Amino acid sequence: MSAPAKLPRWADLALLPAVSLGAALLLSAALVAVLGENPATALRLLFTGAFGSGDAVGYTLYYATNFIFTGLGVAVAYHAGLFNIGAEGQAYVGGLGVSLVCLAAGGWPAWVVLPLAVAAGAAFGAAWAFIPAWLQARRGSHVVITTIMFNFIASALMTYLLVNVLIKPGQQSPESREFGANAVLPAVHELLATVGLKVAPSPLNLAFLLALAAGGLVWVLLWRTRWGYRLRVAGANPEAAVYAGIRPGRVTIGAMLLSGALAGGLGLNELMGAQHRLTLDFPGGAGFVGIAVALMGRNQPVGISAAAVLFGALYQGGSQLAFDLPRINRDFVVVIQGLVILFCGALENVWRGPLARLLATRRGDQGGA
Amino acid sequence: MNAAPPAPVPALELRGIDKRFGPVHANRAVSFAVRAGTVHGLIGENGAGKSTLMNIVYGLQPPDAGAIFVHGREVRLRHPHEALAAGIGMVHQHFMLVDTFTVLENLLLGDPDAQHVATGRAAAREKWARLAGEQGLEVPLDAVVGELPVGVQQRVEILKALGRKAEILILDEPTAVLTPAEATQLFHLLARLRAQGKTVLLVTHKLREIMAVTDRGTVMRQGAVVAELDTARTSPPELAEKMVGRSVLLRVEKGPSRPGKVLLEAAQLAVADDRGVPRVKGVSFQVRAGEIVGIAGVAGNGQSALLEALAGIRAPTAGTIRIAGQADLGADPAQRRRLGLSHVPEDRLRIGVVTAFAAEDNLILGQQERPEFSRRGLLDRRALTENCRRAMAEYDLRPPDPRLRLGAFSGGNQQKLVLAREIEAGPRVLLVGQPTRGVDIGAIEFIHRRLVALRDAGKAVLLVSVELDEILGLADRILVMAGGEIMGELPRAEATEEKLGLLMAGVRTEGGA
Repeated sequence: MSAPAKLPRWADLALLPAVSLGAALLLSAALVAVLGENPATALRLLFTGAFGSGDAVGYTLYYATNFIFTGLGVAVAYHAGLFNIGAEGQAYVGGLGVSLVCLAAGGWPAWVVLPLAVAAGAAFGAAWAFIPAWLQARRGSHVVITTIMFNFIASALMTYLLVNVLIKPGQQSPESREFGANAVLPAVHELLATVGLKVAPSPLNLAFLLALAAGGLVWVLLWRTRWGYRLRVAGANPEAAVYAGIRPGRVTIGAMLLSGALAGGLGLNELMGAQHRLTLDFPGGAGFVGIAVALMGRNQPVGISAAAVLFGALYQGGSQLAFDLPRINRDFVVVIQGLVILFCGALENVWRGPLARLLATRRGDQGGA
Repeated sequence: MNAAPPAPVPALELRGIDKRFGPVHANRAVSFAVRAGTVHGLIGENGAGKSTLMNIVYGLQPPDAGAIFVHGREVRLRHPHEALAAGIGMVHQHFMLVDTFTVLENLLLGDPDAQHVATGRAAAREKWARLAGEQGLEVPLDAVVGELPVGVQQRVEILKALGRKAEILILDEPTAVLTPAEATQLFHLLARLRAQGKTVLLVTHKLREIMAVTDRGTVMRQGAVVAELDTARTSPPELAEKMVGRSVLLRVEKGPSRPGKVLLEAAQLAVADDRGVPRVKGVSFQVRAGEIVGIAGVAGNGQSALLEALAGIRAPTAGTIRIAGQADLGADPAQRRRLGLSHVPEDRLRIGVVTAFAAEDNLILGQQERPEFSRRGLLDRRALTENCRRAMAEYDLRPPDPRLRLGAFSGGNQQKLVLAREIEAGPRVLLVGQPTRGVDIGAIEFIHRRLVALRDAGKAVLLVSVELDEILGLADRILVMAGGEIMGELPRAEATEEKLGLLMAGVRTEGGA
């Protein structure tokens, strides 16, 4: 008879995350006070650092772009009942695909390079997800384990390639040579300048729009196609899927391919949009942040985009915080992110019950149920 | 039954028990008394509030309001051990036994006399053996529980409760897992307990049990007590009417069947479960167009594996299945559906629906590839909603909201949705497992009508049910399964409960498969 507390949809999607976020920030503020800094100042710096100026917003959205790609990837796998911990490695290898196209681009026009780079990033990311997917579908090896292992393999592979093969000749640091001008994504401030709008320069680039488009694509694929229907049935009730003539193995492979392809989009933003070369460890943990983003965004594209902006803001505002306040360093910013993940993910059900009761009594007072 | 003389102090009395779960008012000021030394029936449909009430009496849930009196003394029950201390014992529908322990070890669990297992074992054995002898509850103390028939497991549960000095014994749907013979034994046992002065509260939705074994009955509907009656002065139709709130047909009227050509055929079919244990052992039968073939049997005798194999969910280990003349079928549910097979699974919550999805999305499960549900490569949401609205009107699904999450519907409505989906798919062959499990009496009549209508439209229906009444009411031919084999086949006209009961117990007669 005792079901978990049910919240109305709006409360589940907006109120609950807001309460969780508030609690996480409150605890962070307390820790700031313990460190001997003023919590109010810290919170203000965190906020203005993320949204206080044009370039701050640009950086926030630039980070958010990475998280949208990886968050979508994690979410697609989640809907198929799979926990893809390998977005980091898939993004890394996806970036290799992007880079190979960009390095080979020579004198190709930009409108040829971009679709090729998108396709290569997606294909390489998907390929990296395929092996764990196949092992799960045909051999029953759990993707949680195999995708983690594939993160390490990706890291070793890319280090080898950068140190021995792709490194720009005659330099020490393991980076490729710079992409040609036809193989970089235009920055948003450059695009806006062409129509006469002046905004402060930031690494925010066209990939942000690609990420939003990917979100739309994921929504259509999952909720408006038969393929998405089969995927969600298999994720929500694998036995019902078999009953309905759906092959869970195929769903597993298909979902992981899409998941890896989406994670591969990270290279578009990070390499083609910002760094303009292939660098060592460029995903920088975005694949793992994507798990938190998907969790917090309820595995829905709109929620993921919102959560990605939140984490982008924490990244960007956190850097500002660490820069301005001497007693707070980058590690503390990671602590704040950890608290947000803890409260929004793991501790969410702590608030769910009280909130449901509060809302229920309020509605009861108004005489309707 | 000779009712005990009205005692001045009832063994158990509930006064004004009230319980809400959010908007659901599960118990509405429930008051009734159970006379000492009687067998008292608590009857009502699923969702009438019986289980909630019993959970309150057994201390599993606190009531919002009301009081409980045991032998005239008010008790506060906040935990099962307080209920046990007050002399209330409970045998749950799903036994609370450790399958891998022996009977004795199970009896020792939570036994206050057996704190030191090593030293107390011999004493405990003597105590329980004596108790079992006194109560006429023969149980093999050293057998592993998981290897015992369910009827014996149930005796262990009852013995466990009596060993805790329970004076009031609550049995929750005790016959759900028993053969008719085991049920009769149970009823004898209950009568013996009554003779010893124990009080029994029998919770059930089966009219025949109330009639067979109780002295008095309390009928619940929608959380409230709607009637108190003397069993001797009531009848099954009256009980059903009180339960449902309107008069119901207990048996659907149907004409003679007109069997046509064979649409479903199994030949020497053998099926094993996930662990490789053979569940179906060389079963052969045919189902023709225009007939309902019933498979009777106690739950767990291979019916589930048989249905899964026929539906293509489980690959048989030997034998063939032929649907509409086509053989060489792989374990491929999608292919079965293309051949015109529909399947209402036994365990619909586990495999037949996705509770997290909206009703309209559940209504295309298994039919998601049909062109009428898509437009230009995308799912046609409007067609899905329209499809669901139509089914909801036709099958009286409530609430009629296509976008509502399926888990928010009652069990009966979920079952009707599955039935609607599988019948509206226009099957040639329909497999139905336990079509009315967990369904209200009112809806049972409706579901039975639909199945008969399908038969009359010239479809082949294979009905698997553990409810003998259902088999007898619907089937034109009856096969009885026991131990993974078909023990015999009877035309409906020759089938009696006694004959079927013998076959269900595994006693083979001539004419067996």
